[in-house]
Amino acid sequence: MKDLINYTLHLADDALILGHRDSEWCGHGPVLEQDIAITNISLDLIGQARNFYQYAAQLINETVNDPKKIATEDTLAYLRDNRDFKNCLLVEQPNGDWAKTILRQFFFSTFQYYLYGQLQNGNDEQIAAIAEKSLTEVTYHVRWSSEWVIRLGDGTEESCHRMRNAIDELWMYTGELFSVAGYESKVVTQRIPVDMALIRAEWEKKVEEIFNEATLTAPIGVFMQTGGKEGNHTEHLGYILADLQFMQRAYPKSEW
Amino acid sequence: MITNKIDKRTIYSYLEEVKDPEVPVLNVIDMGIIRDVMLHEDQLEIIITPTYSGCPAMDVIAMNIRIMLSTLGFKKIKITQSLSPAWTTDWMSEQGKRKLKEYGIAPPGPKPQVCNEKLFGPNEAIQCPHCDSWHTHRVSEFGSTPCKALYVCDDCKEPFDYFKCH
Repeated sequence: MKDLINYTLHLADDALILGHRDSEWCGHGPVLEQDIAITNISLDLIGQARNFYQYAAQLINETVNDPKKIATEDTLAYLRDNRDFKNCLLVEQPNGDWAKTILRQFFFSTFQYYLYGQLQNGNDEQIAAIAEKSLTEVTYHVRWSSEWVIRLGDGTEESCHRMRNAIDELWMYTGELFSVAGYESKVVTQRIPVDMALIRAEWEKKVEEIFNEATLTAPIGVFMQTGGKEGNHTEHLGYILADLQFMQRAYPKSEW
Repeated sequence: MITNKIDKRTIYSYLEEVKDPEVPVLNVIDMGIIRDVMLHEDQLEIIITPTYSGCPAMDVIAMNIRIMLSTLGFKKIKITQSLSPAWTTDWMSEQGKRKLKEYGIAPPGPKPQVCNEKLFGPNEAIQCPHCDSWHTHRVSEFGSTPCKALYVCDDCKEPFDYFKCH
C-alpha cells in the first residue's frame, strides 16, 4: 500500500510542479494566444494533480486512525517538504526562455502521453480512470508543443540557436523519466504493469521524428542526472515550494 | 422530501435548471456531465463527470446542484465524481449543440476527428456560428476556457470560440 501511495504521489507531483511552472507564464506569454495556451495547459496539469492527490489522500486515510493525520489534496500539495516531493527533475527546471519552456513541455507531455496510454489499461481502477481522463488533454499538449519545437527549430537563426541551448540544458534530465524508483518497482511490475522500455522507445521515436522536422539533433552519450523521483531535487524545487506553499505555511488552514 | 416518491425523470428535469457558469446557455444535461441519478433509501446520489480535469466550473456546478436540490427539500445529497469512461463532446445533447451555435460558439463536431497527437493531418472544418461559412481558420487550440479553441471566420471576419472536440 505504501508503494502505491508513493507512486500516486509521484504522478501527482510531476503534474503539479510542471503545472506551477507553466502558470508562471500567466501574463508574460510572448503573444496573448500563447499566454492563454500555456496557462490552459497549466490548468489541465493542476487538475490532473488534484485527481491524483485526492486518490493518494483516500489511500492514506484508509490506514490512518488519528483524525489529526487525515490527508487531503491540500495537505499533500501544501504541507509536504522538499524531500517528500517525488517529481522528476525535468519538471522543476526554470522556465528560461520560451524555447526552454516549450522543449520541457514537449519532453514531458510526450512521456506522459505514452505512460498514461499504458496506465489507463492497468489494474488500478482509479489510476486508470485518471489516466484515461487526462489522455485527451495531454494529446493537445503534445500537438501544441511539437508544433512549437518545429517552428522554433526550423525557424530563424535566433530561434534555432535558442532551441539548441534548450536541448543542451534539458537533455540531461530526460533519462530520469524512464528510471524506476524504489517504491515504483513493485507497483509497475505487479499492480499496474508498465513497460518502461517500450515507453522509452516510443518517446525516442517521437522526439527523433519531431527533431528531424525541426532540423535539430538529439545529443548522444550525455550523463543523465536523476534523483527527483526519490526526493533528491535540484535547488529549484525549494524556491517553487516557497512560492506555492506560502499561504498555507503563513496562514495555516486558510481557505480561499 | 421523501426520495422514494420521486422518480429519476423528475430529478433530471430539476437538473435542467442548473447551468454551466462559463457557458450559461447550457445546462448540465446538455453538457452531458450527469452520468446517473441514484435514489437510495434516504439519500439522493448524483454522479457527475468532469469535462476537463482542471475545469474550475466543475466545483461550481457541483455546488449549484447541491444548492438547487436542497432548496427543493432534499436533505441528504451526495455528489460523486466519476472519471471513467472519460467525458466526450459526443455526450453533449443535440439541443445543447444548437444552443451553443445560437450563443455564438461553434459546437463540437462528431467524433472521430483529428483529436490525436499527429501533426500535419487534415484540419477539421469548422463552421462559423455567425455567417455559417466553412471558410474559417484556427488561431489557437486553446481559448478562454479549457473546452474552447479560438477561430476566425475568413468571410465575415468575426473571431469566434469553437467548443473543441474531446
